[in-house]
Amino acid sequence: MADQKSYFDLVRDGLWNNNQSLVALLGLCPLLATTTSATNGLGMGLATTTVLTMSNLVVSMIRHLVRPEIRLPVFVIIIASFVTSVELAMHAWFSELYKVLGIFIPLIVVNCIIIGRAEAFASKNPVPRAVVDGLSMGAGMTLVLMTLGGIREFVGQGTLFAQADLMLGEIGGALSLSLGPNFQGALVAILPPGAFILLGMLIALKNVIDKRVREREAARVAPAPAEGAAPQAAG
Amino acid sequence: MKTIPILIAGLVLGAFAIGGVSVVAITHDLTAERIAAGERAAMIAKLQAIVPAGSIENDPLLDRIEVHAPDLLGADATDVYRVRKGGEGVAVILSPVVPDGYAGPIRLLVAVMKDGTLGGVRVLSHHETPGLGDKIEERRPYKWDDKGEPRFWVFDFAGKSLTDPPLDKWGVKRDGGVFDQFTGATITPRSIVKAVKNTMLFVQEQGEALYAPPPVAAVPAGGAS
Repeated sequence: MADQKSYFDLVRDGLWNNNQSLVALLGLCPLLATTTSATNGLGMGLATTTVLTMSNLVVSMIRHLVRPEIRLPVFVIIIASFVTSVELAMHAWFSELYKVLGIFIPLIVVNCIIIGRAEAFASKNPVPRAVVDGLSMGAGMTLVLMTLGGIREFVGQGTLFAQADLMLGEIGGALSLSLGPNFQGALVAILPPGAFILLGMLIALKNVIDKRVREREAARVAPAPAEGAAPQAAG
Repeated sequence: MKTIPILIAGLVLGAFAIGGVSVVAITHDLTAERIAAGERAAMIAKLQAIVPAGSIENDPLLDRIEVHAPDLLGADATDVYRVRKGGEGVAVILSPVVPDGYAGPIRLLVAVMKDGTLGGVRVLSHHETPGLGDKIEERRPYKWDDKGEPRFWVFDFAGKSLTDPPLDKWGVKRDGGVFDQFTGATITPRSIVKAVKNTMLFVQEQGEALYAPPPVAAVPAGGAS
């Protein structure tokens, strides 16, 4: 326990360094299946984050109570209870979105990100840290889901956050954007292969950015780097 | 020797099972009413959208019978909601199944007015290809008219009847009918047009019988909850 990570590191791990979707590639089934639009991605991400945070909280609370032999079944019970509760709550308050996400809400039970974080982190760490970890891992996944959903929706249908009012009410309607009538989208983006292709691109992009950052840091450490080496990468 | 720890482990596991079930049971209790009300409201809203405004004065969800005509309606049992105004039958709303969709069955809601015209058609559920066949949904425009206004495919059914267009024109344009198909998706519209036509044939064949009060056994008298 010598290398206790700071909260800042936990957040950075969740959002970027150890992003469960882009680095660990966990939970691909809901990731690929529900990201046909930004709204769906956001909804799925929020549902998963809720379950992840609650399960991390409880798993961390009971980490001294439960013997290692029955650890996994207990985790599964906790996760399944929360998923069912979230499913019922969504059905009651966001029934439209519930219909869109359908089968993938109960399938959060088998999303390996959740049991992964319970086993790898929450069962070894105190409650506040487990909660922060759950929130940041969930947020990291939500960002990826939303980005992927946004790109697929925009390329495939020429809209962004269409039907966001299903989830967010009036405000959501204002978020919506449409390229207008005669936009013929690229269908492949909406179909499953498009999800794989775009996810691959996102992973590649992340790796390129990471490499750039590493090179820049190396250059900073190296003695007297030449000024104006590569100012072209701004965005 | 090791029985005691195992027993304790079993008890702990059992405690968590009970705890988990309690959480689910409580949530279920808290949400059940709201879910039922939400489903009801959603269904009523769907029914209201496909009959003329203000024509529902009864509760069609309670005034419901089941009919059996798998050949025409696609399922063994089909719900028929009767819409009445001032005690007079106004329309019947059926929920037929399209058996030959491109990717599995499609569930419809078809309102047939008493004079035999279509009040409207909606798609309840489907598995058609996103971006192609899913333009049968009520919020996905399938084309834009000259003024740039979005057009929705299922809306084109309203007002049609078995004589307008004539029976042999009940098909998509590719088959010589009057209904549009979509670019890249003909099978979906074709099978829906056929199912709507069959539904209307069924309603015509049954006539007044569909408005008859149900046998006493089907809906308890009083109809309260």
